[in-house]
Amino acid sequence: MKQLAIETKGLKKRFGKQVVLDGVDLSVPSGIIYALLGPNGAGKTTLINILSTLTAADAGEARVAGYDVAAEKTKVKMSISLTGQFAAVDEMLTGEENVRMICRLSGLSPSESKTRTAELLQRFELQSAAGKRVKSYSGGMRRRLDLAVSLVVDRPVLFLDEPTTGLDTISRQTLWKIILQLKERGITVFLTTQYLEEADQLADTISVIDGGRIVATGTPAELKARVGEEVIELRDRNEALLRTVSTSGTIADVRQALSELAPLLPPDARVSLRKPSMDDVFLALTSQPRLEESIS
Amino acid sequence: MNLSSRSAPASASFLVANAVFIGRSIRLSLRNVEALLMAVMLPVMLMLLFTYVFGGALDPSGNYVNYVVPGIILLCAGFGSSSTAVDVSMDMTNGIIDRFRTMPIHSMGVVTGHVAASLARNLLATAIVIGVAFLVGFRPNAGLTEWLAALGVIVLFILAFTWLFAAIGLVAGSPSAASGYGFALLFLPYLSSAFVQTETMPGWLQGVANHQPITPVIETIRGLLTGTPIGDQAWLAVGWCALLIAVAIAWCGISFRRRAGRR
Repeated sequence: MKQLAIETKGLKKRFGKQVVLDGVDLSVPSGIIYALLGPNGAGKTTLINILSTLTAADAGEARVAGYDVAAEKTKVKMSISLTGQFAAVDEMLTGEENVRMICRLSGLSPSESKTRTAELLQRFELQSAAGKRVKSYSGGMRRRLDLAVSLVVDRPVLFLDEPTTGLDTISRQTLWKIILQLKERGITVFLTTQYLEEADQLADTISVIDGGRIVATGTPAELKARVGEEVIELRDRNEALLRTVSTSGTIADVRQALSELAPLLPPDARVSLRKPSMDDVFLALTSQPRLEESIS
Repeated sequence: MNLSSRSAPASASFLVANAVFIGRSIRLSLRNVEALLMAVMLPVMLMLLFTYVFGGALDPSGNYVNYVVPGIILLCAGFGSSSTAVDVSMDMTNGIIDRFRTMPIHSMGVVTGHVAASLARNLLATAIVIGVAFLVGFRPNAGLTEWLAALGVIVLFILAFTWLFAAIGLVAGSPSAASGYGFALLFLPYLSSAFVQTETMPGWLQGVANHQPITPVIETIRGLLTGTPIGDQAWLAVGWCALLIAVAIAWCGISFRRRAGRR
C-alpha cells in the first residue's frame, strides 16, 4: 500500500458554541490531487489550518507525511507548503523581494536565493512585474506569486485553500494547468474549493464536506454515479427549469419517473436527458440527510 | 512545468530568520513614506513648539530648552514606537503570517523584525531632536561617557515601549484597534517630569508622576546630559525598562502563540 500523505481520525473543532468540524476522517494517498469540496462555512479552512499546524484540534488525530500535526509540528512544517485563502504575500515588497525572502527563510544561501528567485519568477511568468510592488498586482498575478513562493523548495504536500476564488476564467485555467503540473512532480496537492467544476477537472479524489462532516468521498465519476446515470430535466416553454430527477437511464426507470411527475407539471413541459453534473452531486449530498459511508 | 527540483535544505537558522525579518521591516519602514516623514517632522515641530511657544511661559530665563530635551526625546520615541502596534497587527491580519507560521522557522521573528526597525526609526528621530535642540540653544555639559550612558537609557526605553506596542498589536483585533489601544501609552510622558517639575502638580498627581517609569528615565537622561542630580533614578530607570521589556516579550510570546490560525 502507498504511504498516506494525509490521514485524520475523528477530528473535532469548535469555536465557542459553533461546531466547525464534527469528526472528520480522511485518508489521502501520496501523489494525488485531492479536493475538499464544500460550501462556505463547511469547515474547509479550519481543516487546512489544523493539517498545517496553524490551529490545534479539540479532539482526534491528524498525520501529514506520516507525522503527527500536534506532536511533530516541525517535521510537519518541513513537509508542507501552504497557500492560504488570502494571498500570503507582502504587498509593500516587490514580487522579487517576496520570493527572495522566502528563499532565505527556507535556508537557501543569498546567491542560491537569487538564482532560484529568477527561475521561479520566469516559470510563473512574473519577470516583467518582478520589480513592481505586489500592491499593484492583479488577483491572478498574486496567486501565481503565491504559488511560486510555495514552491521555493520541494515539499511533498501542498495545501491550497480556495486557490481560484475571485479569479477570472483565464487566470483560473492557468492555475489549473500549474496545479496539474505539480502532481506530475509528485507533489500531493490538497485543495479546497467551492467550485464543483474545479474539483471535477482537477481532482483524483473528492471529498464533500458539509456541516463539519465528510458526507461523501470518491472519484468524480463515482460521485456522479451516485446520483444516477442520467438526469431528467423538465423545463417550461420559456426554458425555465421546473424539476430535475435522477434516474438510472433505463426505459422502465425514465417512464416511471415521468408518469409520477406528469400530474404535477403543466402538460407542455419539455423533457430532456443529461449526464449528472457535480452540482447534482453536491445538491444531492448536502441537502439530503447525511450519507456517512464512503463509496471509495 | 520545467521548474527545477530543489530539495529542502536545513531551514533558516534563528539568526538568519531574524536577520531576514529585520531587513523586511526596515524595508517596509522606508517605503511607508508618510509614516517616515511624520517620524522626522514630529521631533522638529515638538522641539520648536516647546522651546518657542511654551518655553517662555514655563521658564522666563530662557533655559527651558535644557530642561525639555529629554522629555521631547521620550515623547517622540513613544510616538515613533506606537506604529509598531499597527505594523504587527497588519501582519497578523494578513495571510502572510500563515505562511511564516507554517514554515519550519522561528516565526516570532516577524515581531522582532518590527521591533528592530522601530529602534532604528526612533534613534533617527532622537538624533533629529538632539540636532534641532542644539540649533535652538541646547547646551549640555556631558562628556562622551555620559552621552553613551544616555544613549543606552534611550535605547532601553525605546525597546520597552516598542515591545509593549508590539504586544498591543498582537492582541488587538485589527490595525485600527491597535492604534486606538496604543494611544493610552502616549499620554504617559505628559504625566511625568518631562515638561514640568512634578512638585508643581497637585498632590495626587505627583503620586502618579513620581512612580511611573517615565519620570526616572527622564531624570536619568537629564542628569547625564545637563548635570542635574540623578540619585537612584538611574537604577529605577534601568529596572523599569528591563521589567517592561521582560513583561512585554513574555506577553508577545503568549499572544503570538494564541493567535494561531485565528484570523
